Amino acid sequence: MQLIECPWCGPREEVEFHYGGQAGVPYPEDPAALDDVQWAQYVFFRDNPKGRFEERWSHAAGCRRWFNAVRDTATYRFERVQRPDTTQAGTR
Amino acid sequence: MSAPFRTPEGGRIDRSTTLEFTFDGQTHTGHPGDTLASALLAAGRHSIATSVKLGRPRGVAAAWAEDPGSLVQIEEPFPEPMLLATTVELYDGLVAHGLPGQGRLAEVPDSARYDAVHHHVDVLVVGAGPAGLVAALTAARAGARVALVDEQAEAGGALLGTDDVLDGAPAPEWVAAAVAELAAHPDVLHLQRTTAFGLYDDGFVLALERRTDHLGTAAPRNVSRQRVWRIRARRVVVAAGAHERPVVFADNDRPGIMLAGGARTFLHRYGVLPGREAVLFTTNDSAYDAALDLHRAGVRVQAVVDARPEGSPQRRQDCERAGIRVLSGAVVTGTQGVERVTHALVAPLAAGEVGASSAIGCDLLLVSGGWNPAVHLFSQARGRLRYDEALGAFLPAEELDGVAVAGSAAGVLDLAGCLADGRRVADAALAALGLAAGEQSALPAVEATPAGSAPMTLWRVPDGGDGSTSFVDLQRDATVADLARATGAGLRSMEHVKRYTTIGTAHDQGKTSGVLASGITAELLGVPVQATGTTTFRPPYTPVAFAALAGRDRGRLFDPERVTAVHDWHVAEGAVFEDVGQWKRPRYYPRPGEDMDAAVLRECAATRGGVGILDGSTLGKIDVQGPDAAEFLDRLYTNMISSLKVGSVRYGVMCGVDGMVIDDGTVLRLAEDRFLVLTTTGGAAKVLDWMEEWLQTEWPQLRVRLASVTEQWSTFPVVGPRSRDVVGAVFPDVDVSNEAFPFMTWRDTALGGVPVRLARISFSGELAYEVYVNSWYARAVWERLIEAGRPHGITPYGTETMHVLRAEKGYPIIGQDTDGTVTPHDLGMAWAVSKKKPDFIGKRSFARPANSDPLRKQLVGLLPVDRDTVLPEGSQIVELADGGQLPPPPVPMLGHVTSSYRSAELGRPFALALVKGGRSRIGETVHVPVDGTLVPVEVTGSVLVDPEGARRDG
Repeated sequence: MQLIECPWCGPREEVEFHYGGQAGVPYPEDPAALDDVQWAQYVFFRDNPKGRFEERWSHAAGCRRWFNAVRDTATYRFERVQRPDTTQAGTR
Repeated sequence: MSAPFRTPEGGRIDRSTTLEFTFDGQTHTGHPGDTLASALLAAGRHSIATSVKLGRPRGVAAAWAEDPGSLVQIEEPFPEPMLLATTVELYDGLVAHGLPGQGRLAEVPDSARYDAVHHHVDVLVVGAGPAGLVAALTAARAGARVALVDEQAEAGGALLGTDDVLDGAPAPEWVAAAVAELAAHPDVLHLQRTTAFGLYDDGFVLALERRTDHLGTAAPRNVSRQRVWRIRARRVVVAAGAHERPVVFADNDRPGIMLAGGARTFLHRYGVLPGREAVLFTTNDSAYDAALDLHRAGVRVQAVVDARPEGSPQRRQDCERAGIRVLSGAVVTGTQGVERVTHALVAPLAAGEVGASSAIGCDLLLVSGGWNPAVHLFSQARGRLRYDEALGAFLPAEELDGVAVAGSAAGVLDLAGCLADGRRVADAALAALGLAAGEQSALPAVEATPAGSAPMTLWRVPDGGDGSTSFVDLQRDATVADLARATGAGLRSMEHVKRYTTIGTAHDQGKTSGVLASGITAELLGVPVQATGTTTFRPPYTPVAFAALAGRDRGRLFDPERVTAVHDWHVAEGAVFEDVGQWKRPRYYPRPGEDMDAAVLRECAATRGGVGILDGSTLGKIDVQGPDAAEFLDRLYTNMISSLKVGSVRYGVMCGVDGMVIDDGTVLRLAEDRFLVLTTTGGAAKVLDWMEEWLQTEWPQLRVRLASVTEQWSTFPVVGPRSRDVVGAVFPDVDVSNEAFPFMTWRDTALGGVPVRLARISFSGELAYEVYVNSWYARAVWERLIEAGRPHGITPYGTETMHVLRAEKGYPIIGQDTDGTVTPHDLGMAWAVSKKKPDFIGKRSFARPANSDPLRKQLVGLLPVDRDTVLPEGSQIVELADGGQLPPPPVPMLGHVTSSYRSAELGRPFALALVKGGRSRIGETVHVPVDGTLVPVEVTGSVLVDPEGARRDG
């Protein structure tokens, strides 16, 4: 079982974590201004790279906080994890 | 009862104690320290089992877990299938029999306990052979926290099966000293009978400790039979040894054919002669030791058959001095004998051509084709392997972070080399951990390995036929012919060949057959072995019982059970429970003679006609606090929450960004900056997660905090026209009149100093008050409500009645009446979707053209025309063609029944359903197939009882 580094708690077993999909897909500023295709892009479409991927994770069975990570989808190795900067617009 | 093949002395068995056991109905004896296999061999019994497909007799072919032959089933003391006689430690009263390749599970429950332990170390060493012991000692002396696990009953590994001398003394003395030194280190955990069966990410190793199996009926009841160690190690040293590799030839599966090293182990460790007249067939020097040792023990070695053209000049001399004939450049081409080998057929091998064979009589045929390093754990950890030409086997091809391989597992096959390798690998681990080496003593002195000749790689001896009795995987009865069929069918990848032939998929997972299969496949394809490679090794290394993996997590402990504060009352009242998530909820409270239908009809009638009470404590409750709480909820709910007044309650619907309903419930505004959000029982955790996700990732600037208070508040809806009387009587401080306490408001009060909150919320359509109280006092408040309700005939009801009452009102259960494709509009809840809010989660999706499709599935009611049929939930809904027949297949489906009950109020069954264009079909008749007949049903609105809401608001 892999260890994942929670930026608040340190390394913990992967079963404590919840995967949150691709990072950097913010909720649109004004959804009403988007056409159906643009909106569908936001709702349904995500990247699926082999290799380096910026992701969101949540330490669901621990501190329950969300964080960002860069992970290699081919090796599962985490390159880095990062606390979301709460003074900025968020991590979605 | 006799053991004619037991040596007069020697071996690591306790000859002063005699154990009696039964195999295939025959009684035999053995000694502590024996395995079932060694005791059977001592009795002269080689034939143990029959093969799975061909029914051929099979015997003991190796001395430990790599044995593909000796499958047995234990009957006493507890039935257990598919064990190897070579790994079953003997105990008094053991009853077992041989298996035809398949066993059967026990028919009685296993009363033994199994458990699991977590352990964290700096260095985990797998294998207590020479390399592993040195590695563990080296790490322990440096002050590292160490675990040493080994699968055998005692430490020593390969040393247990040889006559090696270390520091001038027999190997067991050095082993005993090493074990004693390890035991003196407080930070060393040393476990024997413990198999590391899986190596996973980041130094995580699962190991199975067999704690009482070897004790048989004497196993103490208070000790778990087996234990799974969940070890997290900063560095793992794999010193798992090597498995001897057979050579494939015709009829190579007969009892009495054994790996040379295995025979040596039976002699030295167990004091057993595996035969009287032996032939050795080898491709390397190591097997000569077996021949010479057996010769010294009194076995007549008829011939050493060495496939190498020049043989081994040095070892040949040793043999000739002992009077053993050596045939160089010769091979075994076949065998004779059915229940036991009687002859080896030997022929010269020159330039790849096999000459004419002659038979040599023997009752033991030893085979050695070289050694396969046990790279299993390394490969499980995704370590790449490479084929080594000199060894004829696969070796680790890379350094893995945190995992090192030492000793013969790394291809080091001599004792001095293994000892040095254990030290080297441990030193590297210590350096990586930043630990100083500490005081290390010199490695033990060993006799130099005599100079010898290089081994030859020989996978198989051509049998002149189709190879259909040249067994590659004895457990699967898979042969060279099967491999030829696989390559003939065009398979090139070993992963495909493995699945096509099933080689390596049996109980032993290919410990002896895997590398052979790669080699022969490469030969058949005419490519280098590196090109075919090997299949990926997967856990477990040896079979692990499900009971051990389950540990204590079985029965009631399999999954947590959540009960409400009033649970014991429900039990005492005879409630029948149902599982809702992890909750135990009363489903109904049957009276004597009542079935569920009768009880539910009674509970419904009593509630609608008088007063009922439900334990609704499992409802999810989330305390939402903060200056931006109203804004936050406005963004998540489809309707407006910010306009809710303190003291009031609003029903709300939550959607995903795709506009589909994910949960619903009521929201109580407790203060300007505080709300109590109620969710469905099953949705509680999901909704809190959903809220946290948006709050943390999208709107961190909102000043809001969330906490689950589900378990803090018990909730009891008091429901029905007489509920006002009951609640008024229990809480005299509260004006329960409709004017002072209208529908969708809440009031705080106290009972005997205990704070209580009352809310006019109705999930039944009746006049109702939900009573909220701190769970510590819940039982007392519940009982007072029951007491006060007694004059009014208060009736406790369960989830089934709750479902009927809500369905009669068309209130959907999210997840039952909806799936992930249902919008609030589909549910007829356009009224709960704000038109004023500029945005909320899901709003943009409502504008998609698909959401205004008139043929979307909508929630409607269904009334079976016969007033009798209860439509099965999940039934499809169809429309008959003109003429009253089903349209030709595929019959178009209009939708399906989502909820269906008998209604006391309506005096007939009814259902809720999702139907295409449902609301436009109100008044029409459609059909539902039930048990082969088409039941006509009338489509109605979803609210079948009190559509005006007069009762609820009253």
